[in-house]
Amino acid sequence: MSETVTALKNARYSAGIAEISEIGPLGMITIRGDLDAPFVRKVAKKVAGVERPARGMCNSEGEAGIAWMSPDELLLFCPHVQVSEVLNRLHAAFEDTHTFAANVSGARAVFRVAGPRAREVLAKLAPVDLAPEKFTPGMFRRTRVGQVPAAIWLRGDGSFQLFCFRSVAQYMFDLLKAAAQPGSEVGYFQPTTEVNREKV
Amino acid sequence: MSTRLATGGRLLNKSAPLSFSFNGKQMRGYEGDTLASALLANDQVLVGRSFKYHRPRGIVTSGPEEPNALMNLGQEGRFEPNARATTTELFDGLEAASQNHWPSLEFDVGAINKHLSRFLPAGFYYKMFMHPRPLWKHVYEPIIRHSAGLGKAPKAADADNYEHFYAFCDVLIVGGGVAGLQAALAAGQSGARVIVLEQSPHWGGRAPVDGGRIDGASVEDWIAQTLAQLRGMENVTLRERTMGAGVYDHGYVLGYERLRDHTPDAPGPRHCLWRIRAGHVITATGAIERPLSFAGNDVPGVMLASAVRDYVTNYAVSPGDRTVLVTNNDNAYLTAIALKHAGLDVPAILDARVLPQDSQLVAQAKALGIRVLMGQGVSSVQGSKRVTGVAVCSQAGEGAVLEEIACDAVAMSGGWSPVVHLWSHCGGKLTWDKARACFRPDQDHPPTGADGLGFVTPAGAAAGMFALDDVLHDAHAAAEGVATTLGFKPAREARSPVAERREEAPMSPVWQMPQGASVKLREKTFLDYQNDVKVSDVRLAAQEGFVSVEHAKRYTTLGMATDQGKLSNINGLATLAGALDAEIPSVGTTTFRPPYHPISMGAIAGDARGDTFQPIRRTPLCEWHEANGAVWEPVGQWRRPYAYVQSGESTHDAVMREVTNTRQNLGLLDASTLGKLIVRGPDAGRFLDMLYTNMMSTLKPGKCRYGLMCNENGFLIDDGVVARLDEQTFLCHTTTGGADSIHAHMEEWLQTEWWDWKVHMVNATEHYAQVAVVGPNARKCLEKLGGMDLSREALGFMEWTDGELGGFKVRVFRISFSGELSYEIAVEAGQGQAFWDALLVAGHSLGVMPYGTECLHILRAEKGFIMIGDETDGTVIPQDLGLNWAISKKKDDYLGKRAQQRSHMQDPNRWKLVGLETTDGSTLPDGAYALGRGENENGQKVVEGRVTSTYHSPTLDRGIAMGLVLNGPDRMGEVLTFPGTDGKTYEAMIVDPVFYDPKGEKQNV
Repeated sequence: MSETVTALKNARYSAGIAEISEIGPLGMITIRGDLDAPFVRKVAKKVAGVERPARGMCNSEGEAGIAWMSPDELLLFCPHVQVSEVLNRLHAAFEDTHTFAANVSGARAVFRVAGPRAREVLAKLAPVDLAPEKFTPGMFRRTRVGQVPAAIWLRGDGSFQLFCFRSVAQYMFDLLKAAAQPGSEVGYFQPTTEVNREKV
Repeated sequence: MSTRLATGGRLLNKSAPLSFSFNGKQMRGYEGDTLASALLANDQVLVGRSFKYHRPRGIVTSGPEEPNALMNLGQEGRFEPNARATTTELFDGLEAASQNHWPSLEFDVGAINKHLSRFLPAGFYYKMFMHPRPLWKHVYEPIIRHSAGLGKAPKAADADNYEHFYAFCDVLIVGGGVAGLQAALAAGQSGARVIVLEQSPHWGGRAPVDGGRIDGASVEDWIAQTLAQLRGMENVTLRERTMGAGVYDHGYVLGYERLRDHTPDAPGPRHCLWRIRAGHVITATGAIERPLSFAGNDVPGVMLASAVRDYVTNYAVSPGDRTVLVTNNDNAYLTAIALKHAGLDVPAILDARVLPQDSQLVAQAKALGIRVLMGQGVSSVQGSKRVTGVAVCSQAGEGAVLEEIACDAVAMSGGWSPVVHLWSHCGGKLTWDKARACFRPDQDHPPTGADGLGFVTPAGAAAGMFALDDVLHDAHAAAEGVATTLGFKPAREARSPVAERREEAPMSPVWQMPQGASVKLREKTFLDYQNDVKVSDVRLAAQEGFVSVEHAKRYTTLGMATDQGKLSNINGLATLAGALDAEIPSVGTTTFRPPYHPISMGAIAGDARGDTFQPIRRTPLCEWHEANGAVWEPVGQWRRPYAYVQSGESTHDAVMREVTNTRQNLGLLDASTLGKLIVRGPDAGRFLDMLYTNMMSTLKPGKCRYGLMCNENGFLIDDGVVARLDEQTFLCHTTTGGADSIHAHMEEWLQTEWWDWKVHMVNATEHYAQVAVVGPNARKCLEKLGGMDLSREALGFMEWTDGELGGFKVRVFRISFSGELSYEIAVEAGQGQAFWDALLVAGHSLGVMPYGTECLHILRAEKGFIMIGDETDGTVIPQDLGLNWAISKKKDDYLGKRAQQRSHMQDPNRWKLVGLETTDGSTLPDGAYALGRGENENGQKVVEGRVTSTYHSPTLDRGIAMGLVLNGPDRMGEVLTFPGTDGKTYEAMIVDPVFYDPKGEKQNV
């Protein structure tokens, strides 16, 4: 089997006020079901190694993690090579329940926006309160970025991970580059001390 | 002579001289100048020609309310029309040109219009529009279009870029004058998140010019201290050069930040549009001085009194050696005093009031040796291109000249109007303040939010408080009140500063000077400088019956120019009230609408330009298509190859080649854009039975079925192949454009109507790259890749299977939209390109060629397959298209069933789908109508059908088409007439829509 490539082949931009890079490929599995069911919590812990996240949060451990997408939807991350195996485990665990796990790894592009100005770059594009005291590490927000739907996740190292549909990867990259163009510092957010926690 | 003074200029950096040009003439200024102050310093009093009469006009104000000094700035990609000289910061190399003059500013042919003013009265356009019509087209319009107008439209693409910024705060303060700063301090000390927007580059507003003492310190010192304090607060953000442009529902406010206008060569975006959500908005927007209505009040050199002292104090500019001050209030005396202190002459102060005793400021002016003439005013201003003197009269009289005073500038003040625009944008009401003769916010009727409570509070001068001490107290109280409402506790150390009080005599409203001015004077008395509206025009409108202020505004165009009547509104409606013999508050005001002051189109567009104008959706194979001659067709937001053009070919040639090759050999289509919705759950079958007209619940796993989807009105909205993946799971293919809307449609029914059904949906459209492998050699090609048995026996028509092909994990659907042997193969998106490449290699000896959407269309049209969007347009039901076979008779219900039983849907005269074959083999024009017999009741020709799809078929070597025709299926063999828009008439015979392989033998091999 050929190597799986990302939409932009891991394009990068580092000439501006934040580091923009397309990352991946990432394993991504959509889970739809009753998120409060005990077996969902159990499976989450067993398969991804993290607790089922609370509303608006993402829990992660290494390359694995789970993000809260909606009251009946989770997004599970894992290394891309493990998708089939994880999917099989989920299917087995969800058998006889009204719970659905579907592989959506190919459906999305994932970007990393890093650097002390990362918040500003995203605040130019998304109608989200990104003030350091309001948008804290571990938060995961589905929103609009430019003219397309996306999700943004603030990681423990202070960088943002951004998810959008694969077809608009180039649009998103162009948008992020423009928002990070040299000389476009806004100076709105108080500089934060970079947090570096293993787990958030 | 206006000139630069040797000393002073609090905003200037005299060590940084700058050069700029005006109408090609080189001039000098300093860092800190505005273009207006620099022009005055260079004795450029005449700065433009008026809109209608081309009258010479000069700078009137020192701020954003400026009506006259509008400039064309820059060149090419940086050209900008209608820029206000008063808000344009000077930079080295700035190029400005005056507007609306021809051939030159000094000598303007259009000025002849002023002699025609008798023929250009209020409502001129409306009157002329009526009759006689030919005169309008051939005479009025060409001449008036040429002579009336302001800036030119830019021709080159904008060289700069723009951005937006989303900010959230508890308290947003618009205006960084002393009121705004004090409000920020009080709100900030309570712990609230505060943003303060100031439109100019300087903090403190006009307080430093007007003077006074706060807490024993000079105003300037207090501002510096307060700013330092605010800058030290983490919860307070100060943005200068950022104007509060508009207040909208739910505390949404637009701020317009001009980042690079003053340093155009610095890197970064030019403007930033702040999109702010505020818990509460405080408008500390100050007040604007009103002009006085006297004859010749538009002669260059007549300025607002506040502007005169701004130019003297802030920019060390003298507007003239001798300035006559005309006023109806005490405040304007500050200008006479400032001029005197700068060593300039004030020959007289004409005060329209008669005060029983001298107030503090009157006494001060007299002590400086200024002649104060009480109860007097201006009869007319002398001079045309600049002021040479004033004729003095009694305010109470009709304008008889008492004396003439030579001067080169006139400073006028008719009192102050609070800037209520932002308060009013979202519905805040106004009240008439009789004592100050102004409209101010009616704080009992604020704009209200979702909770029914006010979300805007005015502070300081914007609330109608004009004395420094009142301004500060009001701002402090407003901010603490707002903070408390939002749940913050005012800080214990917070207190309102105390300012020195200046005793002022009351102002006296003056709406016309002199009060009994003759018609002759009124015809030279301007209300709206920018649109050339005079007192006589408003009176004429009233006389002609325009009693509503909104009507009179539109009839006269008062307040309709780019300054939105900032100077003219109150004077205009007072004039209207006078003419109607009504009270000002009963006449009311016109509506205030955002933006407060024009903002750039670029800032509104933000990032939505160039590459990011719109998101373009690209498939995983997009790059390959681009490199291989793809001509693009937009389908929804996707870009799909229309055809792959090889060298020496026209696009049409390429399409013909692709059709023939696919029919004879092997074609590949990028079908990745088709929607792929996975529907799963115990109730999935039941759910799909409701959504599709067909029965889907009976489909066996491993099988595919073509389905139709209708909306609740019975109209066909989408079609596609449904594959049953397992007992509980279906995969629904949708059209390219329908993927998102059909997903939303299905989710909506699921969530709002059948919320208790056990069904989950996932939109997996983009997880897959999907390739259609089509043509007689399709199976051979896939066999070459190897790994799966795709024989007729192993995978029959309308079946699917999972497996591995050439090492790729694939799902293979044996479905056909072309009538040929065809497989659609899905792989994970990230494998798409590699899989496509493998197909090209395997198909090399089998005549493989990619094909685009036009070929796809021809292939399906030859087979009589309908296309959503061609054969359907939102008014077509499946029965119209002969698709009754796809409508289940066994089901009790499906979406659209009930609607399809309505009498109109059952009407046998609904146009129905047929094939159309031109009698001469030509191709019918798309959308052409078939002529019936006679004319309808409107005298139009009767039509009885239309073309929905039409192509040249290379397979049949003739034009083929589909169309909807009255009683079409019953009229096989009849010839219809289609007039084209090209002047030709086409004839086509009604035939079966299936032109190619009607028995379906080719797809089933």
